[in-house]
Amino acid sequence: MPSATTSPSKKNAATALPVDTRRRWLRDMLLIREFEVRTMQAYQNRKIGGFCHVYIGQEAVAVGCTAAVEHKDPIITAYRDHGHALARGMEPKYCMAEMYGRIGGCAKGKGGSMHMFDKRNNMFGGHGIVGAQTALGAGLAFATKYQDEVIDEKQNTRVTLCFLGDGALNQGIFHESMNLAGLLDLPVIYIVENNGYSMGTSISRGTTMGHEITAKAAGYGMDSAVIDGMDVLNVYEGMKPLVDRCRETSRPCFVDMRTYRFKGHSMSDPRKYRTKDEEKKYESDDPIDKLANAMISDNELSQEDYDAMVKEVRKEVRDAMKWSENSPEPDVSELYKDVYVDEWGPFTGTSLPEMLKD
Amino acid sequence: MSDAMREDKRVFLMGEEVAEYNGAYKVSRGMLDEFGPRRIIDTPISEGGFAGLGIGAAMHGLRPIIEFMSWSFSLVAADQILNNAPKMLYMSGGQFGCPIVFRGNNGAGGQLGSTHSWCVESLYSNVPGAKIAIPFDPYDAKGLLRTAILDPNPVFVLESERLLSIKGEVPEESYEIPFAEALIRRSGSDCTIVSFGRPLYFCLEAAEQLAKEGIDCEVIDGRTIRPLDIDTIVKSVRKTNYCVVVDQSWPFASVSSEIAAQVHMRCFDDLDNHVFRVNNDDVPAPYAYNLEQEMLPNARKIVEAVRAVTYNA
Repeated sequence: MPSATTSPSKKNAATALPVDTRRRWLRDMLLIREFEVRTMQAYQNRKIGGFCHVYIGQEAVAVGCTAAVEHKDPIITAYRDHGHALARGMEPKYCMAEMYGRIGGCAKGKGGSMHMFDKRNNMFGGHGIVGAQTALGAGLAFATKYQDEVIDEKQNTRVTLCFLGDGALNQGIFHESMNLAGLLDLPVIYIVENNGYSMGTSISRGTTMGHEITAKAAGYGMDSAVIDGMDVLNVYEGMKPLVDRCRETSRPCFVDMRTYRFKGHSMSDPRKYRTKDEEKKYESDDPIDKLANAMISDNELSQEDYDAMVKEVRKEVRDAMKWSENSPEPDVSELYKDVYVDEWGPFTGTSLPEMLKD
Repeated sequence: MSDAMREDKRVFLMGEEVAEYNGAYKVSRGMLDEFGPRRIIDTPISEGGFAGLGIGAAMHGLRPIIEFMSWSFSLVAADQILNNAPKMLYMSGGQFGCPIVFRGNNGAGGQLGSTHSWCVESLYSNVPGAKIAIPFDPYDAKGLLRTAILDPNPVFVLESERLLSIKGEVPEESYEIPFAEALIRRSGSDCTIVSFGRPLYFCLEAAEQLAKEGIDCEVIDGRTIRPLDIDTIVKSVRKTNYCVVVDQSWPFASVSSEIAAQVHMRCFDDLDNHVFRVNNDDVPAPYAYNLEQEMLPNARKIVEAVRAVTYNA
């Protein structure tokens, strides 16, 4: 199988996208960044418990990829999932309240940071076990195709985006899922958010062919692409043709999305396994600065507009935190709800979160 | 399965050798011809992969039936069937249910050695979120499976290779057997024997033998472990004052220990002896015929347990 490699952002193609679209992406990335900065603070202030993995540095990936698909297309990801939820359209308050462990959270405070679900926005989770979602992603794609062909007698209309980290490349379930997707012609795109580290283990220490992970896809007869994930325009332009082709041919594909997490693996990570120079190098490649600077220098965005946008986003996140703070803790009766759909024994059936009732 | 598939296009069957081979144990014979390869789907040997695929499909509105050739092989899919299927509804705060059936052969097949002789009921019934049904005969196999397919939760149906050749009356039409409704397979007044699936045949055999000795046993088929119909068991124990639980999984932290605990809690004043348990011996399943027979619950062990528990009757 030939491997399509996209080149870094071309200015011509980038400026071909409407200014409003790029402004929206910039705002979406800013929102994720601000949300995650505040998430870190809230974690340090013990408003958020458990494990918490922030998306700072990788914003262009979630925003660019979700822009390349339609709203009806399912997406699913691993535990670094706040960015995907927000990019998919979840209101920040439901995401933040979930981490606060409040009833107003997207999962009524039962999922936490690693388990962001949003049925209305076709976001099928946040999944905590490395690689586990790759099989679910295959299943989502199987279902869309089955619903079209067996039930509605239509051609394939939906593409599933299944995100994973580079650490998931070494889980057996990833390989089983790739094989099944190839074998059953499933319309799923596996997007490896390759930030170079599975927790503290660099990809070269943990993954064979880590320098060329598209080799994994070749083994399953899948098309693949390498995309620079630090540039949202580039992400979009790299993803769009893959999505179109996947929809048309119902063939899976694989993306090595090169990105970098600016912060640690989780909140308790001192990052001793990488150098400050390396971090600086990537921080100078900030996807938000890159797009903002380009738009400002091309007179598509004034500094004042940008500052106003930053201010607006800050307020939005601050409001989300306030809302979360005021959302009550789940009633103890929630403990026995949502275990089974039906009521029996001590189990009290199920109910939807506030997010879906609005 | 075919009835459900005729009625509901969302239902499909997936697993190893279910289609072109007509089922490793011929359970799905003829289904490929009737429903075609889009709905009867052969998979490679990738239990984790196709179990997870089924769960993803269920989250998106389908009603998958996933066949494990043996529940022994489900262990390689443990993360999917124990972490994802039973917890999805909870973790998503009620947004994504997982209406899926996992079914296949459970228990010792006959000299298959330790890795292929798993009885998963004790291990899996520890996990909230799934239901577990164990059919005893062809009538129950059809009725419980139908209930499982219609259930909005994940259901594990534990069939038995050794029972596949059992013949019995099965109505042509569709019917459901409600979960949490235990069935008294033999009425008696002296001692209650509780079991599920294949060991019930040994229980009935033991009961006949004990009847000749003047001990009249009541044999209860629990049918489902989750939900457990403890009320039927309690009612029987209150009548007989003695209880033996027969369970083909290992004794430690098992279905039998759970039932014993519940009976002790509910029937403390009714019991004339503590609950006795007959389990697989607490060892890996051996290959040698004589050792395997000795390891499994059998009629002799059940007879001995009933005699022992009722010594003071």
